[in-house]
Amino acid sequence: MSTVQEVVTEAPAIEAVPKKAMTLGYGTSLAVLALLILVPLFVKNFIIFQLTMLLIYALAVMALNILTGGSGQFSLGQSAFYAVGAYTSAILMEHGNINYALTLPVSGIVCFGFGYLFGKPALRLSGVYLALATFALATAMPQLLKLGVFEPWTGGVQGLVVTKPDAPSFVSSIWSVFSGRAMSQDMWLYYFTLAVSIGIYVASVNLLRSRSGRAFMAIRDNEIAASAMGVDVALYKTLAFGVSAGITGVAGALGAIAVQFVAPDSYTITLAISLFLGMVVGGVGWLPGSIVGSAFIIFVPNIAEGISKGLSGAVFGILLFVVIFLVPHGARQVAVIAQQLIGKLRKS
Amino acid sequence: MLSRQKLRIAAFSTAVIAFAATSGGALAQKKYDTGATDTEIKLGNIMPYSGPASAYGVIGKIEDAYFKMINEQGGINGRKINFISYDDSYSPPKAVEQARKLVESDEVLLLFGPLGTPSNSAIQKYANSKKVPQLFVATGATKFGDYKDFPWTMGWQPPYQSEGRIYAKYLLKEKPDAKVAIMYQNDDFGKDLLKGLKDGLGDKAASMIVAEESYEVSEPTIDSHIVKLKSSGADVYFSMTTPKFSAQSIKKVAEIGWKPMYFQSNVGASVGSVLQPAGFENAQGILSAAYAKDGADSQWDNDEGMKKFYAFLAKYAPEANKADGSVVFGYGQAQTMVQVLKQAGDDLTRENVMKQAASLKDFTPDTLLPGVKINTSATDFYPVEQLQMMRFKDQKWELFGPVISGDVGG
Repeated sequence: MSTVQEVVTEAPAIEAVPKKAMTLGYGTSLAVLALLILVPLFVKNFIIFQLTMLLIYALAVMALNILTGGSGQFSLGQSAFYAVGAYTSAILMEHGNINYALTLPVSGIVCFGFGYLFGKPALRLSGVYLALATFALATAMPQLLKLGVFEPWTGGVQGLVVTKPDAPSFVSSIWSVFSGRAMSQDMWLYYFTLAVSIGIYVASVNLLRSRSGRAFMAIRDNEIAASAMGVDVALYKTLAFGVSAGITGVAGALGAIAVQFVAPDSYTITLAISLFLGMVVGGVGWLPGSIVGSAFIIFVPNIAEGISKGLSGAVFGILLFVVIFLVPHGARQVAVIAQQLIGKLRKS
Repeated sequence: MLSRQKLRIAAFSTAVIAFAATSGGALAQKKYDTGATDTEIKLGNIMPYSGPASAYGVIGKIEDAYFKMINEQGGINGRKINFISYDDSYSPPKAVEQARKLVESDEVLLLFGPLGTPSNSAIQKYANSKKVPQLFVATGATKFGDYKDFPWTMGWQPPYQSEGRIYAKYLLKEKPDAKVAIMYQNDDFGKDLLKGLKDGLGDKAASMIVAEESYEVSEPTIDSHIVKLKSSGADVYFSMTTPKFSAQSIKKVAEIGWKPMYFQSNVGASVGSVLQPAGFENAQGILSAAYAKDGADSQWDNDEGMKKFYAFLAKYAPEANKADGSVVFGYGQAQTMVQVLKQAGDDLTRENVMKQAASLKDFTPDTLLPGVKINTSATDFYPVEQLQMMRFKDQKWELFGPVISGDVGG
């Protein structure tokens, strides 16, 4: 066996997860959902905006989680797919005057295609080599977006300003009957994002439970055994890339609408690393952890800045180190511990 | 909790009405918007304290120190400045988040001096739709003086187009039959500067400019472009570059024995980070333009303004490097902000602050060159628009000629 293949079997240092453990129980899911629906009713618009970003990054983290946790492939290039999604949506909205909601599926499809095509040559690479190839994609993307050839559409370094959508009039009128005031753009966008996120989350959970999902996990656990069992390794690996890129693209599109601005500097390698970080903190292979990971990459830098402005990077590093040291499997581990504790309490 | 904001507005308006009723004109009218009270004015700021542009973070620190000094001296009309500065890591989405935090959560009166073209582009629409002043943004992109479409946004430093126009004025006077070769950075900075130069040259631009080359920031070296420009037979060369490339350009031009009339953009004219690494012997006679005094230049030792500047540094920011252009920049910017708030008096509404910012008359911060004055009006949102030509001799820049104005507002 060549050294490269050696790496293949070693690299995914992920425990084999039973199917059920990849998701939450019904009770917990409903509680989280209720929380996500109710909280925005009581907070300021700024917090609603942050929560929207939380959902958007959670989607992007989850996409990476499907790729890494599901099929065992690494990617440091998610920012590139995120950027393509954001730009596709922004260009369609601003130059094509297409409704924002309709741009999301287009972004998803474009990114699926992009990811699938990128996954093809990347098939030859595994583990750290694949991570490097995707890293190259992430570093190249901001510069590609600045290219003069695309400038009429992308706006070059200046970026594109995106118009924030208002709530549709029927939603707005129902809302004003209940609350007595107009629905803010932020609140509408939050619920819109929430609906899209839930849809994608449910689809992803089902995907991983399906025949394809089992094929992903078989490849993750042992590629050779999987191919011996008749799994088309090449097809499923590229498919995992495509699905992951597609979801990231939708997240990018939502991000562009929420931030109202796209520019090459928004989608640097830092974003890709943040998403990777979010996945690790949330627990590799555990989809509900994505939202925890997303919260970590959004709020912890702010906390770190609050502690020390000059050393915010160092403080962030220490906090990250503490998390990895105490709970190496991220939020999933915390959830498991909590579950055990509750179990014990019930018995006693 | 739902109607907290409403309650607050209600309480506030009642208070205002009650106040207006009781004061009956006996007192001077005090008017406040969110972020200003009898004792405090809240200013919000966004800086890249971390990330690729973190070198500029020092601007925020100097501004913070400057406001501390003002507060110790009794504040502005009795009100202390509360300067809230957040990090955006030079990332536009983060800038939007921080701007919203400042406006909606910290409830600042205005956004002062956010840094960088991408970050400011990202928050411009938000600030204007919320009618929050986005004052004295720290970038020279010409688009931040568009008073018609963005009446709540104003720049501070000379827009890059002004700089280009000033070079054009000088060139037309000194060498009207020049053959010009131009090297520019392919982004908003390079293109703005180029546009300024072309506008300044007017009808003659087409006949004078014989060669143009652009480079990407990602290119490791620009040597080949320079060789190409030389072969065009030009006798005037413009280097519209940022520091790393400015140094490369100076070195390469000397190496291939090309001796054009050499113009270097102000951004890449730092003695410490450009001319020294490029070699002083290669940099003799290079032309550029400046609007602020060089903190490390001994000719300003007895200058009244700079004496104040040095005293400020000694007491409030002893660790700051006075040769760093950002230090001089932050001081001048903060001083302009204080002037605007002084002018606004007791009418601290966002509208009045914006009005005062647009009515600065011949204001001269301590750190600007003698003769460079800040003037704004309802139709001129570019505070600093004058520069003076300078020539590099021995180991420092020598200013010469009059202060030239390169108005782009109008």
